[in-house]
Amino acid sequence: MTDGDRERPATGADAAPDAPPSSETPAPPGTPAPSEAPASPASPGPGTSAGPGAAPGPDKPTAADKPAAAGEPSQAVAEAVADPGTAVAEEAFPAGQGKRLHPVTPWRRAWAPLAGLAALALQDPQRVRALAELGAAPLLGILAAVLLAAVLYGFLSWRVTRFLVTDTELRIRTGLLFRRSAHLRLDRIQSIDLSRPLLARLVGVAKLKMEVVGAGSSDELAFLGETEARELRAELLARAAGITPEAARSAGEAPAQELLRVDAKTLAWALALLGSGWAALLGLLVVAPLVYLGTSSIFATVALCVPVLAIAWQSGIGGFLSQYDWTVSESPDGLRLDHGLLQRDHATVPPGRVQSVRVVEPLLWRSRGWARVELEVAGEGNDSGMLVPVADRAVCAELVSRFLPGVSIDEAVASVRPAPRRARWAVPIWYRGYGHGVTDTVFVARQGRLRRVHTLVPHAKVQSMRVGQGPWMQRLRLAELQVHHGANGTAAARMLDLEYAEGEIAAQAERSRLGRRSAGPERWLT
Amino acid sequence: MDSVAEPPADPPAEAPPAEEWQRVKPALLTVWRLVLLMWTMPMLLVAVVLPLVLGAPVWALLGAGPLLLTLWVWWVVGRHHRSWRYLERADDLLISKGVLWRQMTVVPYGRMQLVEVTSGPLDRKFGLARLQLHTAAAASDATIPGLAPDEAERLRDRLTELGEARSAGL
Repeated sequence: MTDGDRERPATGADAAPDAPPSSETPAPPGTPAPSEAPASPASPGPGTSAGPGAAPGPDKPTAADKPAAAGEPSQAVAEAVADPGTAVAEEAFPAGQGKRLHPVTPWRRAWAPLAGLAALALQDPQRVRALAELGAAPLLGILAAVLLAAVLYGFLSWRVTRFLVTDTELRIRTGLLFRRSAHLRLDRIQSIDLSRPLLARLVGVAKLKMEVVGAGSSDELAFLGETEARELRAELLARAAGITPEAARSAGEAPAQELLRVDAKTLAWALALLGSGWAALLGLLVVAPLVYLGTSSIFATVALCVPVLAIAWQSGIGGFLSQYDWTVSESPDGLRLDHGLLQRDHATVPPGRVQSVRVVEPLLWRSRGWARVELEVAGEGNDSGMLVPVADRAVCAELVSRFLPGVSIDEAVASVRPAPRRARWAVPIWYRGYGHGVTDTVFVARQGRLRRVHTLVPHAKVQSMRVGQGPWMQRLRLAELQVHHGANGTAAARMLDLEYAEGEIAAQAERSRLGRRSAGPERWLT
Repeated sequence: MDSVAEPPADPPAEAPPAEEWQRVKPALLTVWRLVLLMWTMPMLLVAVVLPLVLGAPVWALLGAGPLLLTLWVWWVVGRHHRSWRYLERADDLLISKGVLWRQMTVVPYGRMQLVEVTSGPLDRKFGLARLQLHTAAAASDATIPGLAPDEAERLRDRLTELGEARSAGL
């Protein structure tokens, strides 16, 4: 996790492990490489440091067998090692190098001040009326000035923003006042997501979002032309996978095979059968009139209604809009997810980084055999990594076994043993929901009675384990078994018999040791 | 990180794992109790001295509350201290602690990303050091307070060595 900083130019000294390409790629005979000379003192030779960041990735053979592209000016630039300061950023972007974003980008910021003015007007109508007395001309003048300033700022910042793809890095330079130049190592990029908000879709542009291991925030390129974004994404992925630069440009997007498509009817039914949205609405129907009767103030009632309606919207219609036409397809670089009715989003899940799988079965879905699958992926934020919003459990199981070989949801669910009966003194009725199971490949924890959740953690992904007991559980000789995994999460099997838990933690330590040994090297792209 | 960067000269000698639980040093209890007194003594003094000075000695009884609390925490800290144990095994480190909320953590050597030894001014005064293990999971939180500094350093070196030998990625 700590090596996320390496991608930031601010820690230029750490970029040493990135240096090997300079020694592995022979300088093209035809190309003079003047920028190599100043760069080499900054780059200690390979092998001086073998920190965790230097884990051998699939890119290693690539750099060696990649023919140097003659007449490709970025080649020489690629050998300059990232260094702090703008001086090197300038060096990394020689005159005429790098590409600009789509020309529509400046307008993206133009509407922000207008929206701000509108919000101000809504909040304080009095002042607006005072302003209106000035007459239409000055008002329009102010408006035009604000708009012009915003567009000018947008235009200038668009002008200074450039990006460049080299063999090993994606370089982004931006910032009008505070310059920032980011060098993202291609083999460390966690995911590249393509997103097309509604307005951008109308104009035909898209946003690329790149996440880097451990680097908290993600870098984005907004906006690019739609085809350009697609091609750039494909090129970045292909380069990271080790396809030669010339081929990478023409390789296009790796072919994807569609595995699953959620049809609108199923999705609508599934969301309608979720309890949470309806409960919020029902609660509102009861409480809102009471509040109105009690306070006889419309304002209080509205203030109460808005957040509740937001929750209901989020779980119902909002969910439908964002999960509409959910498509899962398989490609060499991972599982592709496409979804959204108004805003189309496109994400790739690298299977090797999946730390845990959650199978969620709400009460009303179970009679239909539906389930939802969520993933926790290392390095990604806390946003719920949904894999499938709704599908037959058998379909989900097949999908999961495709990218986590050897993991069978049915086997995992069948292995779960329920909590002992005396757990009813700790959690009266709901204790039946708790359970724990183990298969050859995964640790399974079950919880929930109405909304049943199975959490599966592959043994190879377990970082550490813990047995815990509170005072009340000690009296009942019960214990909780937790496993911690790399997505900063915990899967906990609660309400276990104490002796069972103690035996199980020893066995789990052994299993995850063996699981780790047999697990292949970390791979994202093959 | 220098020791990590160097390739291990020879495979780490398998020190026979001490297959018995080790306890933390008694000096740790002294430090904890000292810190407790540092927090509660001013309160006690104010509660007892002020009423006497102001000529209302009965109010000094108010000091009984903080006093009882101090005594209770004094006792709890003692129990808590006795509960801290750790065990080095061939493949993992076990840390056990807690009286009311008992927990035992198992950290496999291969999963350690970083081992650090820290000691504050008070710790140093009493010859103590704290060892902390980090894995890729933030929830791991494996800490052993109250080690002798040389023991902490021996553990750190051994753990990094073992971690290197058994290392595995995420």
